[in-house]
Amino acid sequence: MTSIIYILLYILIALSFFCLFRIIRGPSIADRMVAIDIFGILTVGICALMVIITGRRFLIDITITWAILSFIGTLTLAKYLSRKKLNE
Amino acid sequence: MNETISLIFIGIGVAFDFFGCLGLIRLPDVYNRLQAATKSVTLGTWSILFGVFIRYGFSGVGVKALICIPLIFFASTVAAHALIRGSYIFGIKMWEKSVIDDYQNEWKQD
Repeated sequence: MTSIIYILLYILIALSFFCLFRIIRGPSIADRMVAIDIFGILTVGICALMVIITGRRFLIDITITWAILSFIGTLTLAKYLSRKKLNE
Repeated sequence: MNETISLIFIGIGVAFDFFGCLGLIRLPDVYNRLQAATKSVTLGTWSILFGVFIRYGFSGVGVKALICIPLIFFASTVAAHALIRGSYIFGIKMWEKSVIDDYQNEWKQD
């Protein structure tokens, strides 16, 4: 049972390398921002699987915090793209 | 029994994540990439968190995973909409084989 969860965790880590490929090779700046957004959501899934594997319960708090911080970071990057001030 | 059901949910979630990231590296355009990646990765992460909730039940960890699910839904969709609108305003070209651009008329009326 645990070995299957280990395999799924390795698959998720490999998928985050896909996002890293898009960050390096992205033709425009928006591609890199999309890849950063997807990377943040994938990390939530990785932390949720680490709760099951290691049994440490503080990792689920990191899940919630990472979701909020990824949301704020992506909104700030989108405001930078649309060339507006932050209070507009 | 609970562990088997949660393992099925986690497997479905990892499959959705895989197809989302495959679309992220294979599709030709930033709009197509975000269209493919954001929705399926959000659904996959929902499924992983729901699997964690089923495994732990209504304990501390399970309820926190259940709280994280609507947070992921609202945050990810709002962030994707803001990101794609910003990249349209920034002037990134669409793919040359794209058929229709309805947002252009909306943008000229403002």
